[in-house]
Amino acid sequence: MSGIFVVLEERDGRVSRPSWEAVAAAQELAKKTGQAVTAVVLAANTEPLAAEASAKAVSKVLRIEHALLTPYTSDGFTLALEQLFRAQAPDYVVFPHTYQVRDYAPALAARMGQVLIGDVTGIGDGPVFVRQLMQGRLSGEYRSAGKGTCFVSVQSGAFRVEQADRESATSETFAPTIDASQIRTKPGAPFRGSAQTVDLGSAPYIVSVGRGIKEADNLPLVQDLASALGAELAASRPICDSGWLPIERQVGSSGQTVAPKLYLAVGISGAIQHLVGMKGSQCIVAINKDPEAPIFEVADYGIVGDLFEVVPALTEAVKAAKQ
Amino acid sequence: MKIIVAIKQVPERDAPVHIDSAGKWIDEAELQWALNESDAYALEEALQLKEKHGGEVVVISAGPERVGSTIREALAKGADRAIHVESDDLAQRDALGVARLLAEAIKPESPDLVLTGLQSDDLGYGQTGVILAELLGLPHSSLILHVEKTDAGLAVKRELEEGWFQEIALPLPAALTIQSGGNKLRYATLMGIKKAKTKELRKIAASELRTGDAAVVTLERIALPQKQKSTQILPGTAKEAAAALVEKLKFEARVL
Repeated sequence: MSGIFVVLEERDGRVSRPSWEAVAAAQELAKKTGQAVTAVVLAANTEPLAAEASAKAVSKVLRIEHALLTPYTSDGFTLALEQLFRAQAPDYVVFPHTYQVRDYAPALAARMGQVLIGDVTGIGDGPVFVRQLMQGRLSGEYRSAGKGTCFVSVQSGAFRVEQADRESATSETFAPTIDASQIRTKPGAPFRGSAQTVDLGSAPYIVSVGRGIKEADNLPLVQDLASALGAELAASRPICDSGWLPIERQVGSSGQTVAPKLYLAVGISGAIQHLVGMKGSQCIVAINKDPEAPIFEVADYGIVGDLFEVVPALTEAVKAAKQ
Repeated sequence: MKIIVAIKQVPERDAPVHIDSAGKWIDEAELQWALNESDAYALEEALQLKEKHGGEVVVISAGPERVGSTIREALAKGADRAIHVESDDLAQRDALGVARLLAEAIKPESPDLVLTGLQSDDLGYGQTGVILAELLGLPHSSLILHVEKTDAGLAVKRELEEGWFQEIALPLPAALTIQSGGNKLRYATLMGIKKAKTKELRKIAASELRTGDAAVVTLERIALPQKQKSTQILPGTAKEAAAALVEKLKFEARVL
């Protein structure tokens, strides 16, 4: 067996930020198991990624190179990584929990008779892997039966990237056997959905609305609060799915990531997909009728109550304070 | 086109969650149940494809007897027939174990397209569709918002992170996991509800399916999540709480 592998992902020609968080998780795991961490990069040309990776605290960089690995396809990545893992038999493989990993890692694990423990937020002794259940209302501890490689993906923002000591990692190249006929999907170039006219990322104040608003006709209620605060109006996914607000106002893993001075969440329960997009905010306020809603786990201030009473009262209080 | 949609019954949103005495799962006694949200979008996509191109929509769901009500709901919305994989021990199976059950039941149907929702609202693994593709030997794509049939197979719109998208072409048969929001969901009509009662609902006992190995990953314990911050809850009437909040934001957090 050969320790802990961490699979890095490329973004705009560089190693992506969630990949470094996966390295941090792998290092935390390494402290518990006493094993070495090997970074894996895969692409048609891995030179730039490998150079970046070797400057972090990993003991080895494995470069999987094949023309058919760029652009990404589930078939290509699954074939290449399966061959590497069968040859080297790592005890653990750690991934960032990105859309790309969600697209292929479950199939890769299944092909090797394993199950990915996905979206992990913490690692306990054992090791046990902690992840959320019931839209963040519960957390669960998962353990691998320990036969063969254990696959884990880690949630964005859950592991802190530390300024790691530089050490000179050794490098090794692995050439997988992939035939063009094995790549069954044809990916097109990524494109933006619509012209971005709202930059939530630079807004100092955001009032964000969720399912609790019940219907589109009630939106003026939160719009009034946003206007009183001089805030941008944003929303959780279900509001944009219903077409009540444009998708460019969506905060969360599929929308924008924001970190304003004040984030006021109205009627948002706080599913993890939403929290990853706003938990870095300086001050978080939650208004929700359910005291158990996971949004209160990240909120600095909370009001448990009916938003249809609280929001108008808050709008008045803000107006009065600004006079 | 013969389309199979795998759907899951999950606890209704906002249902009170109580951890059971063993600390391994929630107490299901008082729960209300509903169709998983992204599965509803997968069903909608299937029904629209059938309306455009003809064929058949078959829903499949695994679970105990209560799952029957969610299956009836899907039939009422327009699915042609259903398969219920009866299993009382889904909680003891991992994602691969559940996908094996579904795959064994799907195989004899030889579908052109297998759809699932992106992820379940209870366990949230987001893996069943992708593993099904692997077990059935089908090409797949995930996080799909739109499906177009082409001469060569399918052209699908895949969601990427942070507002980006990508078009992917893939041959049939194939498997897709459907993201919520791509279509407008339909309601069951009275006529649909009436018709659903006469549609075929085939039951297969999980024990009849060849599912192989024991779980490789186990859920050992569940608990209430640890708070990341200590939240100050502002008490009182709406007016009092609002006034207190503005004070806090001004003088304590200093963000106003």
